[in-house]
Amino acid sequence: MSTYAQKRGFGATLWDYLTTVDHKKIAILYFIAGGFFFVLGGIEAMIIRIQLAIPNNDFVSAGFYNEILTMHGTTMIFLAAMPLLFGFMNAIMPLQIGARDVAFPFVNALGFWLFFFGGTFLNLSWFLGGAPDAGWTSYASLSLASEGHGIDFYVLGLQISGFGTLMGGINFLVTIINMRAPGMTYMRMPLFTWTTFVASSLILFAFPPLTVSIFMLMFDRLFGSNFFVTAAGGNTIIWEHFFWIFGHPEVYILILPAFGIFSEIIPVFARKRLFGYSSMVFATVLIGFLGFMVWAHHMFTVGLGPIANAIFAVATMAIAVPTGIKIFNWLFTAWGGSVSFTTPMHYALAFIPSFLMGGVTGVMLAVAAADYQYHDTYFVVAHFHYVIVGGVVFAVLGGLQFYWPKMFGTMLNETLGKITFWLFFAGFHLTFFIQHFLGLWGMPRRIYTFLPGQGYELSNLVSTIGALLMAVATVVLVINIIITVKKNERIGNDPWGDGRTLEWAIPSPAPFYNFKQLPLVRGLDPYWIEKMEGKKGMTPAEPLGDIHMPNSSIIPFIMSFGLFVSAFGVMYRLDYAWGLPVLIIGLVITFGSMLARSLKDDHGFHIHKEDLIDDDNEKGVKA
Amino acid sequence: MVNTQTNSGNPETDLKYRRKKNAEEMRHQVISFALMIVFTLIAFLAVGYEGFSAWFAVPFILVLAVVQVGFQLYYFMHMSHKGHEAPALFMYSGVLVAFLTIICFLTIIWW
Ligand code: HEM
Ligand SMILES: [Cu+2]
Repeated sequence: MSTYAQKRGFGATLWDYLTTVDHKKIAILYFIAGGFFFVLGGIEAMIIRIQLAIPNNDFVSAGFYNEILTMHGTTMIFLAAMPLLFGFMNAIMPLQIGARDVAFPFVNALGFWLFFFGGTFLNLSWFLGGAPDAGWTSYASLSLASEGHGIDFYVLGLQISGFGTLMGGINFLVTIINMRAPGMTYMRMPLFTWTTFVASSLILFAFPPLTVSIFMLMFDRLFGSNFFVTAAGGNTIIWEHFFWIFGHPEVYILILPAFGIFSEIIPVFARKRLFGYSSMVFATVLIGFLGFMVWAHHMFTVGLGPIANAIFAVATMAIAVPTGIKIFNWLFTAWGGSVSFTTPMHYALAFIPSFLMGGVTGVMLAVAAADYQYHDTYFVVAHFHYVIVGGVVFAVLGGLQFYWPKMFGTMLNETLGKITFWLFFAGFHLTFFIQHFLGLWGMPRRIYTFLPGQGYELSNLVSTIGALLMAVATVVLVINIIITVKKNERIGNDPWGDGRTLEWAIPSPAPFYNFKQLPLVRGLDPYWIEKMEGKKGMTPAEPLGDIHMPNSSIIPFIMSFGLFVSAFGVMYRLDYAWGLPVLIIGLVITFGSMLARSLKDDHGFHIHKEDLIDDDNEKGVKA
Repeated sequence: MVNTQTNSGNPETDLKYRRKKNAEEMRHQVISFALMIVFTLIAFLAVGYEGFSAWFAVPFILVLAVVQVGFQLYYFMHMSHKGHEAPALFMYSGVLVAFLTIICFLTIIWW
């Protein structure tokens, strides 16, 4: 690091991040933006829970509640969970396969900025006449009837950020297929890389249906088409199908990387290799495959008919099998290991039973006949929060603690980390466990208040108290981060002491070229193998040579900004005279920057061999 | 990718082998090109011919189209060659997903 970490002014750092194409810095951008949206979504959640704490509450109005609820779901899924996982993928996956960057660094930056501007656009709705209010699923009949521009913000914002996600997914796929270090065969890839791979393929196939359906909704709302307008011969059910053809794979896009993170954490702290590696890979691929054949389990009550319902019910239950394989593998990995109870391991061990409960209610919901009872009640709310919070959010929090040293070169405080964990764990179960029963007692989801005397009072209050605990846990986490950044105590390559995969063989944080020499991979858990043979680091697979690096560029930022501008134009085209010109100006900015990118030859630069050697010596002196 | 060896190290045999291979490939390309033109003509004729109802003509030309896509991929874009496994896998997965979607829409929405 030494030569590259000089103190710089704020402006220079900002410019550096605006133009960066380095996967590690893009990861940090994803964490900052995703973390911001996570807090925003969390505040929305708190408003929901305060409103529902007591019957007949008027903390917020009915209309505003709908907006808050919609934005909570949309923000958490699209702008918090996915970007945070993308942060991990960017930060860790290239290091795990021994690559110097992703396959298309420029596209990587573009993906981030598209997500950022899409998310910003969506949230500007709060200040520009009201947020979307038709639920995160935005069912067409409801969203076409919604007045004002709320739904237009949803449509345009998600369209822009969806492009970014799709680009990110394709980029990861190409990286994993083409850029593995010598010896890194598919069946030696760490599980986090595998789950990134499968999740990216799901993105590749699931986002186009979303894009198409959002385009149709956009044309229905803004350009007078009638795809979903029944009165004009359209069909509103098509939206539901498209949305869930995307939506169910989407939940696996979220959970698979989370599985991957836990599959990295557990072997390190159990000091044992992952039990049943190949069955883990098989289960991951199978989940990805089956994930595409079950979407209609969200539509059992639509009236698809008994045959369709039966087929989708059975297919859905089948997914529980590979998921069960994974659960057992994690248990057997920890079993008999010399387990050290670090904060990440706390999250991992708490994840197993918590997620399992979500899986069990999932199978209950998959029973089509029974789902007529559960559907659109708090039972469903409990189910998906158990899988998403108990799975994805636990993975993000545990993974943050686990990979923080690799990303920033310092350690988050373990004691504060455990306080966060226990508060969050308790708050989570307090909030959502009781909601199973609320659902079974008949409390519908997506209602802004309830009446006294229906037996819902106490349970809702308990649920709100739980949510409060989770909020406190998040505050402790933020304090932990601030303290850690302030203290700035540097640590070495392998701070947990038992790192197994390639990322722990290089300095923390990784130098911007990652690997001075590409490492030779001799098996699963390559760094562990070398350590067991008494070596200090990896054996290089190539002589020291010049390294080719891409140049930074502001173009991804400008390209995305253009779409952001034109989205305003599309939306206000009919309201104001300036709409159309703004639409055109935005597109000119985007396509102009694409043209500039295509015409200008950018060959990148080389880090010379001598500089790499210098870097080594300097460190030698300092150490 | 990393360790694929494309030649034997003996320039003499390599050249001969490659010549033969190229000639063979050229022949395949010419044949499939001719077939594709014929298929296109047949498609136009099928649509133009009064005797065929739409219930025959539409599926028929769809089949011709699928065959042509196959020709395009395998004879012109060399999908059968080494190193194309990943693109092939992803294309077939995409076809599967699209097929499922269409089948589903046909059976439970529009029928
Ligand atoms: C064994 C695995 C699972 C099964 C069998 C399953 C089954 C189901 C079923 C049948 C529903 C529809 C309930 C209804 O609306 O009446 C549902 C809803 C949902 N599931 Fe799962 N699920 C599983 C795992 C997951 C995972 C891993 C996630 C996310 C990480 C997830 C996220 C969701 C969400 C977000 C919804 C609600 C969507 C909405 O209506 O807003 N599920 N699940
Ligand atoms: Cu689902």
